[in-house]
Order: sequence, then structure tokens, then C-alpha cells
Amino acid sequence: MGTASADRATPERAPRRRALYFLAMPPLLWLAFFLVAPYLALLGQSFLGSDDLGNVVFEPTVAPWKTFFSKDLYRDTLGYTFSVAAKVTTLSVCLSIPLAYFIAFKMQRGKQLLYTLIIVPLWVSYIVRAYAWKIILGREGILNSFLQWAHFTSAPVDAFLYSEWAMIIGLVHIYTPFVLMPVYTAFEHIPRPLIEASKDLGAGRFTTFYRVVLPLSFPGIIAGATFAFVLTLGDFLAPVLLGGTDNMMISNIVQNLFGTSNDRPLGSVVGIIMLVVVVLVLEMTARTEKSFASLESGRGRFGGAR
Amino acid sequence: MLVVIVYSFNPDSVNVFPMRGVSLRWYRVMAENATLLQALKISLGIAVGGTLIGLLLGVPGALALARHDFIGKRIFERIVLLPLTLPGIVTGVAMLSFFPLIGVPVSLTAVLIGHGTFLIAITLTQVYARLKRIDPSLEEASADLGAPPLTTFWRVVFPNIRTAIIGSALLSFTLSLDEIPVTFFLIAGDNTLPIQIWAMMRTGISPEVNAISTLVFVGSISLILLGTALGGRDKE
Repeated sequence: MGTASADRATPERAPRRRALYFLAMPPLLWLAFFLVAPYLALLGQSFLGSDDLGNVVFEPTVAPWKTFFSKDLYRDTLGYTFSVAAKVTTLSVCLSIPLAYFIAFKMQRGKQLLYTLIIVPLWVSYIVRAYAWKIILGREGILNSFLQWAHFTSAPVDAFLYSEWAMIIGLVHIYTPFVLMPVYTAFEHIPRPLIEASKDLGAGRFTTFYRVVLPLSFPGIIAGATFAFVLTLGDFLAPVLLGGTDNMMISNIVQNLFGTSNDRPLGSVVGIIMLVVVVLVLEMTARTEKSFASLESGRGRFGGAR
Repeated sequence: MLVVIVYSFNPDSVNVFPMRGVSLRWYRVMAENATLLQALKISLGIAVGGTLIGLLLGVPGALALARHDFIGKRIFERIVLLPLTLPGIVTGVAMLSFFPLIGVPVSLTAVLIGHGTFLIAITLTQVYARLKRIDPSLEEASADLGAPPLTTFWRVVFPNIRTAIIGSALLSFTLSLDEIPVTFFLIAGDNTLPIQIWAMMRTGISPEVNAISTLVFVGSISLILLGTALGGRDKE
């Protein structure tokens, strides 16, 4: 028995190592083939030409990049997308902080239950939530028939749906859970004695919030804001469903270039630019909140990258 | 959301306020809508297949990442997160540009591969997070006592990560049912449920969407609650 433990370091470890190599290979190959290669193909395609029919011509050129940077439409849309993303982010954060604060600090019992009850419906189905807003804001929608029922107006008002605000309301509704979760987690992790200490030292509720709670939960708030910002940047459904034709975002341009306008090289340019922008945003916030890009933080994320 | 549920029982074809009664009419219309049911079937199939791919590749990937240092591990970690961090539309058009080149034309197969790819990321991150919380000395002890790697996995590691696996499977399933951007670019003729609902929405409000949405809502909530219950149970 004694000898078995003496030479344990080498013989038992070797097969374990090999087994782990063996385990890593299939997912690695899958991701290389079905994920990395497509991204590289997209990059490659942005340097190809296309003929009048929209077929990709395998001839290296920088023409698509020149087109992108020479047209105001693309720059303006990119700018507009940023402004919408900023608005959505601000609103989601403003909604999440009081809500998370209430659940984390004010609830005595049933905290977990309430949190689950709030967060779960918010998780459910993107398309259904966008649809709900269409029902509420549409021409024959609830808001309109309510206004008529209450005799505020005699004819349906068209102004609600297909406006920037309809789109922003929808996006805020859809992406707030991504902000609420990290903010709530951050609040929950603040040691309660710190708050009591602040109060003992004579700080009021608001001072405690600004000087203790807010700074300590800053990484969580930043993480949530980043989620909302990045997710809005990549959204192409809410603009179509709620924003209408006047409120195109950058993703709608990608969608059109790969669809009806059929200019894949140019579409690839826009796609690559989105990719770079998102990576830059994530890198910037990763510096603010170091653990952000780690695997653990993927837990809060659940593949919402839509 | 509440609005949709309430109005799924609306007898009228327009969503008027106040409602004029309660009826299951739109559930019947929905049940007779072959396209919608076909879309539901396709969605369920993709979700099952994608979840399986995610589990079969994500769990081993998590084990390797959590317990082994190898060349390129950092890169692997970054790559795994790509489908979660990059906008779905970018992944969608990238796959659309590449898959046909390797002989996978836009089709349900392409959709399945697309879903499988981001579900690997989901499973991997979930299981990895759990493995990080388990003391590796448990496995070393098992190995020291002479257990071969497979026995160690089965008797020591697996029982500890079982709930994480079930949780990530339920989560994967739900996410796949709701996925739009990647599906949108890879799908050919047959639609998945969200894409079909989207198509129906674009042509105008159709009340049976309320009915199917309510069903999807109830279904996903049950799955997510089950998932969080299982995931939370052994956190203490």
C-alpha cells in the first residue's frame, strides 16, 4: 500500500492528461470549423467584389470598404444606432437600479421567489414581447381602443407604433433583464454590515446609497449596461416590428445587404465593423470590470446575443 | 406579456378594449393552422438536436478547460464566448457566408449546426462554472485510489455536475426555441416557430399568434423554473 502512493504523481496523471486532450478536441474542432471559419469567411468576403446580379466575384478588392466609408447612409445609421443603444441602456439601468434595490434590500421574505417571478417572464420569447407591444401600440391596438373607449379621441391615433419611442420601449422591455440580473447580484453581494456601519455613522438613506451601495455595485451596473448596449447594437427585429421604415438600425442594413439588396461583400464590411465595435465596447468595459469577459460571467448571459 | 395571454382568450379578431368576452376560439384556429404546427414541430426538433450537440461537445469541453492546461487554452476560452458576446446577426451572416462553401446549403441542417454551436457555448460556460466550484482534489483522491479516469468521471465528477448539466440542457432547449437571428439567415423553406410568428406578425395582427404565444410562454416558463430550481438546489 505504501509504495502505491510513492509513485502516484506520474503514472496516474498521464492517462488523465491524455483523456483531457481527447475531451478538448471535438469541441475545439467544431468551434474552429463552424464558428471561427465563418467569421474569417466574413472578413475575407468583405474584400471581394460582386457583379451586377449580386453574385460574389472572387477577386480581391477594397471597393466594399471604400463604398462603406464614402456613403453618409452607413455612417449616419451607425451613429443613430449608437444613440438608440445609449437611450435603451440608460432607461434599462434607470429601471433596474430601483427594482433591484427594492428586491435586494427591502424584501424580507420571498425575495428569491419575487426575483424569479420578475426575471423569468422577462426572459421569455423575444418575438412574443415585441408582438405584445405591437398589440398595445398598434392602430387597432389596446392603447388606441382604450383612448376611443374613454372618448379621448374619436379616431385611432397612428403615432404610437412605428416610432423611435415604440422601438425603444420594446427594446428596454426586452433587454432590461440583462441589466437587472447583474445589478441585483451586485446588490446582493454587498456586505450588509457595511450598510449598517454607514447608517451608524449618521449617513442618511440616500447618502448611503450614493456613497456605499452605488460604488460597490458599479461593476455589476457596468456589466448590465454593456449587455443592454451590445444587444441593442445587434438588434434587427425591433426596428422592423416597432420602429418602422424610418428607424433603421445598422443590423437592418446588414439584413438588407444579405437579403433584398444582395451585396454580400458590402454586407460583410458592415458585419465586420459591428464585430469590431462590439469587441471594442466589451474590451473597454472589461477593463472597468475585470471579471467581465471571464467564463463565469457567461452564466449571467445565457446567449442573449441577438 | 399579460396582454398577450389575456387577449389569447379574446373572441374578436381585433384587440379591442374592453374585451367582449372570453373564448377559446383562437386556440382552435391555432390548432387547425398546419403551418404553425409544422413550425412548432421543426422548432422542437432543432431544439432537441441543438441541445444534444451542446451537451455532447460542451460538457467535455468544460471538463478539459477546467482541469487541464493546454496550448491555446486562453484562445479556446475566448472563442467559446464569441457566439454569446457577438451580435447574433453577425454570427448569422458569417455562417450564411461560409456554410454553403463547405457543402451545407441554407437548410434545417445549417440551422441545427448554427444552434448547436451557440448551445455548446451555453453548456460549456454553465458546466465550467460548476466545475470551478468543485475541489479538484476530489478527483485526485479518486485517481490516487486507483480509479481509471472514466470511473472517476462517472463516480465523482458526474454526480457533482449533474444538475448543472440538466439546467444547461433546459436552458439550451428554451433558448433554441426562441432563437431568431442565426435561424433567420440559415433557414430555407421551413420556418421555426419564432420565424413563423414573425412572418405572421409582419402581415398584420393575427389573434392565433396570441394563443401560440401563450402556449410558448407557459412552456418556456415551466422549463426555466425547472432549470433554476435544479440549478439552485445544490448551491448551498
